[in-house]
Amino acid sequence: MTFELVVIGASLGGLHAVATLLGGLPGNFGLPVAIVQHRHRESEGALATVLQRASKLPVCDVEDKQAIRSGIVCLAPADYHLLVERDVFALSTEAPVLYSRPSINVLFESAADAYGPQVIGIILTGASADGADGLAAIKAAGGLAVVQDPATAECRVMPEAALESVVADHVLPVPAIATLLTQLGAGELKVAP
Amino acid sequence: MNELEDIEIQLLLEGVARFYGYDFRNYALASLKRRIANVLRAEGVKTVSALQERVLHDAACLERFLLAMTVNVTAMFRDPHFYLTFMTKVVPLLRTYPFIRIWHAGCSSGEEVYSMAILLHEAGLYDRCRIYATDMNAAVLAQAKAGIFALNKMQEYTNNYLKAGGSQSFSQYYTAAYERAIFRPWLKEHITFSQHNLATDGSFNEFNVILCRNVMIYFNKDLQARVHHLLYESLSLFGVLGVGQAESLKFTPHEHQYAEIVSGERLYRRIS
Ligand SMILES: C[S@@+](CC[C@H](N)C(=O)[O-])C[C@H]1O[C@@H](n2cnc3c(N)ncnc32)[C@H](O)[C@@H]1O
Repeated sequence: MTFELVVIGASLGGLHAVATLLGGLPGNFGLPVAIVQHRHRESEGALATVLQRASKLPVCDVEDKQAIRSGIVCLAPADYHLLVERDVFALSTEAPVLYSRPSINVLFESAADAYGPQVIGIILTGASADGADGLAAIKAAGGLAVVQDPATAECRVMPEAALESVVADHVLPVPAIATLLTQLGAGELKVAP
Repeated sequence: MNELEDIEIQLLLEGVARFYGYDFRNYALASLKRRIANVLRAEGVKTVSALQERVLHDAACLERFLLAMTVNVTAMFRDPHFYLTFMTKVVPLLRTYPFIRIWHAGCSSGEEVYSMAILLHEAGLYDRCRIYATDMNAAVLAQAKAGIFALNKMQEYTNNYLKAGGSQSFSQYYTAAYERAIFRPWLKEHITFSQHNLATDGSFNEFNVILCRNVMIYFNKDLQARVHHLLYESLSLFGVLGVGQAESLKFTPHEHQYAEIVSGERLYRRIS
């Protein structure tokens, strides 16, 4: 299977986990990465700035209908849901889902719908049940489900909720998730023309 | 990736557009699908085809469908710094005009419009303004016209108002009654509310300011291009266009005919 998109969901404790994960990816990582990190609704820009320091890949807040491009890390902007269409990102101000906007479920479910088995979904630390349904949707569409090992998570609620709703393909500490992604991404690079 | 459901959705939207004239065919698909799934649940039907039968044959169901197809979430002084920038950078431009026409396209239940009226009042410009507030949705327009919002939102809105540079006491703009905040009638003296569909209707006036925020995010690129053309046509030379916090004019048909007023603030000036 060749993958085309990585989606990541993180909540409480996510800043450190996401920074570690991004820091473990090579500068020539060959897949697009979309991230929902639960954040305060007026935190514009700040998250991208912080994560950029850790990442060799460019990190940005998504603008509506931005093209989905390999090697770019795209964050759900504060106070918007991030959705995936085939080839572009889309945004919405629909009501929060499980108290969250952006919502991990919204991103993951739209990714599963648009990219089916070509999605890698990753749930990291958090104190919410957000992401559990979304990861199940990815798995049901034939994609790859990855969950941070709850024992290594700053807050184990979210990884545990995900593991209750889906049989994950990999349960790993964050640095090992980065290694896994690097390998999967490199496989993708080989088949690229 | 449910191919059959994708086809059913296309058929539903085609039917609604051709029979009723409400055209959702060029809406952004991912969030539209979520809303259709919500309607299926709410109507208690299992397939999009079953929903189509009901929407086409039952006018009451159409009303519910229309309301559910659009996202009407809004707030007073949403993104306070947008209003702050408007006050500091756009208001000085407007002061030079004897008469100012403003269009809120996709105004939803009106919170944004009342925010603007308050801002213009505090700038001492409101008496020179005529605000046109439009939306495709009759139900939300009726709420906008009423100018009555939930009292329990007022704390949030007061905070936004203050961050937006509000210089007076926010509570003077409404009276509290039961659970509701009734905004002062004089605030809507210069506002005209009317139905207008950005997907199908044309330009109806020339404006000095157009705000179309968090509306085009629900459209695909083709429909966005149509709307940008409509807005461009409706904006006077050196008029100001404001879009939502996560929207920009990049890659839109008239991007080169606008200049950004302040980088990152989503306010643009038509320069040619
Ligand atoms: C999320 S609200 C935005 C409200 C406000 N401008 C804001 O930013 O808070 C989107 C609004 O766009 C309206 N809308 C959607 N499609 C439209 C169309 N084709 N023509 C006019 N209005 C439309 C909806 O009815 C809804 O009220």
